[in-house]
Amino acid sequence: MKTKSAVLIAIGALILILTFFFPLWTIDLDAPQYPEGLGLRIWLNEISGLRPNYLQNINGLNHYIGMKVIEPDAIPEMDIMPYIMVFMILFGLLNAYLRNKNLIYIWLILFVILGAIGIYDFYMWAYDYGHNLNPNAPIKVPGMTYMPPILGSKQLLNISAQSYPSVATFIILISILLNVAALYIGREKKNA
Amino acid sequence: MKNISKKFLFVALGTLFVVVLAYVGCNQSKSSLSGNEAERVYVAPGNYDEFYLFTSGGFNGQMGVMGLPSGRHFKTISVFSQNPETGYGYSEETKAMLNTTYGFIPWDDAHHPELSMTDGVPDGRFIFINGNNTPRVARIDLKEFETKEIIEIPNSAGNHGSPFVTENTEYIVASTRFSVPIPQSDVPISSYKENFKGTISFIKLDPQTEKMNLEFQIIVPGFDYDLAHAGKGPSHDWAFFTSYNSEQANTLLEINASKNDKDFIAAVNWKKAEQYLKEGKAKTVDAEYYRNYIDDKTHTAVSQLNKQVKVLDPKDCPGMIYYLPTPKSPHGVDVDPTGQYIVAGGKLATVIPVHSFDKMIKAIEGKQFDGEVNGIPILKYDAVVAGEVSNPGLGPLHTEFDGNGYAYTSSFISSEIVKWKLGTWEVVDRIPTYYSIGHLCIPGGDSKKPWGKYVVALNKITKDRYLPTGPELTQSAQLIDITGDKMKLLLDFPTIGEPHYAQAIPAEILMKNSQKIYKIEENGNPYAVKSEKDTRVERKGNEVHVYMSAIRSHFSPDNIEGIKVGDVVYFHVTNLEQDWDIPHGFAMKGMNNAELLIMPGQTLSIKWEPKKVGVFPFYCSDFCSALHQEMQGYIRVSPANSNVQLSYSLGK
Repeated sequence: MKTKSAVLIAIGALILILTFFFPLWTIDLDAPQYPEGLGLRIWLNEISGLRPNYLQNINGLNHYIGMKVIEPDAIPEMDIMPYIMVFMILFGLLNAYLRNKNLIYIWLILFVILGAIGIYDFYMWAYDYGHNLNPNAPIKVPGMTYMPPILGSKQLLNISAQSYPSVATFIILISILLNVAALYIGREKKNA
Repeated sequence: MKNISKKFLFVALGTLFVVVLAYVGCNQSKSSLSGNEAERVYVAPGNYDEFYLFTSGGFNGQMGVMGLPSGRHFKTISVFSQNPETGYGYSEETKAMLNTTYGFIPWDDAHHPELSMTDGVPDGRFIFINGNNTPRVARIDLKEFETKEIIEIPNSAGNHGSPFVTENTEYIVASTRFSVPIPQSDVPISSYKENFKGTISFIKLDPQTEKMNLEFQIIVPGFDYDLAHAGKGPSHDWAFFTSYNSEQANTLLEINASKNDKDFIAAVNWKKAEQYLKEGKAKTVDAEYYRNYIDDKTHTAVSQLNKQVKVLDPKDCPGMIYYLPTPKSPHGVDVDPTGQYIVAGGKLATVIPVHSFDKMIKAIEGKQFDGEVNGIPILKYDAVVAGEVSNPGLGPLHTEFDGNGYAYTSSFISSEIVKWKLGTWEVVDRIPTYYSIGHLCIPGGDSKKPWGKYVVALNKITKDRYLPTGPELTQSAQLIDITGDKMKLLLDFPTIGEPHYAQAIPAEILMKNSQKIYKIEENGNPYAVKSEKDTRVERKGNEVHVYMSAIRSHFSPDNIEGIKVGDVVYFHVTNLEQDWDIPHGFAMKGMNNAELLIMPGQTLSIKWEPKKVGVFPFYCSDFCSALHQEMQGYIRVSPANSNVQLSYSLGK
């Protein structure tokens, strides 16, 4: 493999460091009483409000429909994800050094699988929060569940929820594309 | 006979003509608007006003917060008056704010709001207001729009000439309206001339702690001191105070204090006073006065009783104070944006005298004196006057400036604002006000850089301007456009209490700093609960402390038993919300003092002494949420000798 490929792989690994500093996903909630919006940010290791107290305020509102309190500390995945990311960064750097095509394939497949698991996990949590409601909730609308959308927007009673991937997710995609590009550039011509 | 009847007809017709003319004229004056006035004052739904306007509440002891150009009322800041609506002055956290050496005084007469300044321009940190009755000065924080500190002024009787600030808010000044025996003593009132004295006080605002301290007082002759303004630019070191009753009358002042052709403006060199203070020229005098302040951490008022004050006597301090003779019983004393001209509103005078700061300094240097009073040299009028504005209307009171070389003076008796040019002293425009204007206000109009877009007329009488409401009518202000050559009336709007004076500041300076909530983690109130888990009820003898939380839509605890007749119950209610504009109320049936209105993250406490056996409800009195009506609880009160155990719960 060429040096150029190795450089791309190294860059692909290093830019993943940025995923610690940007959110993976954004969920923005708009309601008539919240002209300033109520934004949630999902990070590798936590869920936070866009502004201080937003998460607390969302939880405060959610208790009316019987939704469980969103407690980032209670989501074990958030403890593991940073380690997974560190592993993928180190694995990437190792690939840049070893330039082993098969290992790069493994890195790619592993990352795509981890990503898929991540989104599935996010879906499961969202499903759980949206469906597993306290039967003693003050506000009960027959047939209504409150699962936020994973992608796109959805009206949940007075709240319009919009959910989209954010910077860290795009960084991961770029990292994957850089590895694909490295493999492409580094491909050995048959019969050469 | 024929001639007589003809004459009669003429007179009758003439009278009718005058009456019709007056009627038409009257109607015209009430609806003389033409053009785009409505557009000029219309702030579309959801849009913001361009300026905040702070109006004094006068006899209601509070301060109104309004918007310009709309004239909409946003908030009433409790200052010197108890407010059962919020619990101000009733709650354990705020009641010490109203302590004075006369005991607890739950009211006052608040006259002059004054914004803090940096480099002679309103900086939006604080607004001060005076308590005219029981002499006090309050400091209101403009992040929270709440009263944070009130200092009592000893050796004063009627803090009218206050609370004007020096160029960088080094000092807030206070001069006494009434002279009194100092120290107070049992003397005949007729001994006024020998026993009565006035004081001019300088309250220092500590640049670090931003707290007030009565730094020194100057003992002055027993006149009535009326208003004040500090110098700026070249006159930075000086502050000016009007006085009337230089006749020193103690009865029927309306006649007896109106005799002298000239009274005085006291020009005080406060830098020099500081120097004399340093040199130890001040006498330390026993004088009790309170300083009450809200502790930054506990958000609870603390009363500090001070026992001494430093007093400077002009006799020992040459060069510290001079008198500028000024016709006749002057009210306002206003320094133009350049700091050069000192304009007096001689309320019985036929001209507006304008003193020159430069001439004053030269007159002092040249010792152009015309006698002295109690060691205070009187400067020669001709040596200090820069000019006189002729035909300024009747009863000129107060002047503000537009920053473009014009001054605007209110004339009470002729009920008008007179616009005149600085330097030429010629009147260029006048506009009637409805009715009997007192002070007026241009945003930043007493500063170095006025935002000269509007002048607000603060009127004393409204008569037929609004729908009548029985004998007591609304108080009122008027918004007048001053951007053109001709002043133009845009809007009448009601105010709260009596708008003696008002100050305005561009909204953008304040709104970006306006606080939304109190952070619960920074709540240092010893009775706060940081979460529902900490809520509890504790008994100490017959004192019961309820550590309660409020969050949409319940109190914790909401069932309390084991309270007995004769107990003294303190409800300490913490609003756990951290969301903007979600206050909770706390209202207890039969509460003898007040309800509470608790802001997000705040703790307020109120005392309840149950007198009857039974079960009594409490509830949230600020509509907080869809289930606000469910936000309620019960307290069981048992007989004094009962052995019902103290217990409390939520959701059981």
